[in-house]
Amino acid sequence: MSTDTILQARVLPNRRQDHYLVNAEREAQQRGLFDVPIVDCDSHCYETVCFPEIVAYIESPNVRRSFQFTSLESIQANLIPQNLGDRNVGGRLHPGGGYGAQEGAYPLDERGANLHPVAATTLRSMDALAIDYTILFPTPMLNIGLHPDYDMQNELTWAFNRWLVEDVIPNDDRLLSMPLLPIHDPEQCLRHIQAFSGRPGVVGFMVTCLQYQPLHRNVYMKVFDALNERGLPLAFHSAPNWTERPFAVLDSFLGAHALGFPFYAMVHMTNVVLSGLPERFPNIKWMFMEAGQAWVPFTIARLDNEYKQRSSEAPLLKRLPGEYIRDFYFTTQPFESHDRASDTRAMIDMMNGSQTLLYASDYPHQDFDTPAAIWDQPRFTEEERRAIVGGNAMKLFELSSPPAGVSAHATGARDAEDVR
Amino acid sequence: MENHTTTDPGVAQRYRVCAVEEIAENGGVLADLGHREVGVFKHKGRLYAYDNRCIHQGGPVCSGELLGATKLELDEGKQARREILDEDEMRLVCPWHGWEFDLLSGQAAHDRRYRLRRFNVTVEDGVVYVDA
Ligand code: FES
Repeated sequence: MSTDTILQARVLPNRRQDHYLVNAEREAQQRGLFDVPIVDCDSHCYETVCFPEIVAYIESPNVRRSFQFTSLESIQANLIPQNLGDRNVGGRLHPGGGYGAQEGAYPLDERGANLHPVAATTLRSMDALAIDYTILFPTPMLNIGLHPDYDMQNELTWAFNRWLVEDVIPNDDRLLSMPLLPIHDPEQCLRHIQAFSGRPGVVGFMVTCLQYQPLHRNVYMKVFDALNERGLPLAFHSAPNWTERPFAVLDSFLGAHALGFPFYAMVHMTNVVLSGLPERFPNIKWMFMEAGQAWVPFTIARLDNEYKQRSSEAPLLKRLPGEYIRDFYFTTQPFESHDRASDTRAMIDMMNGSQTLLYASDYPHQDFDTPAAIWDQPRFTEEERRAIVGGNAMKLFELSSPPAGVSAHATGARDAEDVR
Repeated sequence: MENHTTTDPGVAQRYRVCAVEEIAENGGVLADLGHREVGVFKHKGRLYAYDNRCIHQGGPVCSGELLGATKLELDEGKQARREILDEDEMRLVCPWHGWEFDLLSGQAAHDRRYRLRRFNVTVEDGVVYVDA
């Protein structure tokens, strides 16, 4: 060790870096990820702070007045269904840099200043994470299916989708969306599908898993038919609900969070498969989001085993349930890396993951994954890594190839040489 | 000269970080060395230096909270009585996903096989130096 020359370190005030994703940017640079097409199939906005804009799209004058005469804090607390749980573990986790997050907002350059703030902050985090395209989803609106007032669900969903599709997504070709369907109301769903399909950046539709609609019922078939006709992906986005009866016995959010996401995804996926929806609507690409992967081989094993014993209860099926499920798409986050790499490999093989897994960051939520979470998997081939971080999604959503390195420069991310 | 931690093997350069009083007890500083960032922490008068790169997904672990380990106290009947933050067992918590590391060893609290990269830290004439 050389002590002849002693260099002076720069002490960073309050142990804070320049921005929240400095390390992610550096890691992406080291791995050459700015030259790999990466599609983030699940990122989020914090739409609550944007309600003054969203409200303008609410059609019912009385619902609109409820929002106009309520503070943002009360909107969050009283007008949108809540999702209980301390995401930040008593301040241990520091929130990311999404627009409207409490702290850590990104420094934007002059190009960012001309964009909608949600678009600008999203693009800035994409730049740091080496992401070329992102599909942007809501945060509190994921709970809208829990609202007991169906009219309110309709009004808010319509207003949110218009705001997202008309005001946010058109800011940049790299921003994509899958508008939310108010699935309790098939007529309204048709209105959304007609209004938003084909709009720039709309690559499919999404249903939140936190709702209790029996989607096998005949009344919903017209919705699936409209999606099937257009060959569009339909995503089921999961979330936890600690107040749900089975989870109310748990004394930590850890348990409710770990089990909640796959629980709801499992229930809806089981219903989709056993009611033969993939047979009835073969052009729909079924997609399940934010529930990890480990539940998929488990569900395949359970359903295949039961189906062999009681196939008469699922008469539309022509194959084992697991064979349909292996054709479905699953977002990666949270990627459950097993302690033994061979176990992770086995999990991916059991679900046909190299063909169907879609990288998702979930950024800026607290359990986000950087692309390196996939890229660094020791048992994945180079081809599989590329497929999972972007190739599978590019095919599914028919995206054009981004020019190499696009994400490093689109909104003024620091030059490559600044990224250590 | 006071040597506070054992060094990692390999060639290192010495960096002057700050005056020792600038690091608060149960607090720390983040030092940018140009090629990496290093967190220097003080607990019970001793200093500990770690790479600001979490072993999970590379997050800025040294910009995280320094907190006592959470302990749940049980009574003789094994009933839960109270939770405490035990400052005799300090944890560095990564601000990205919350992995906790034992401040003294850098080992992950959930699995001692994994640990943060540690650097030699010394104090000379009241100045803190890191070799990294
Ligand atoms: S990067 Fe530190 S906990 Fe994930």
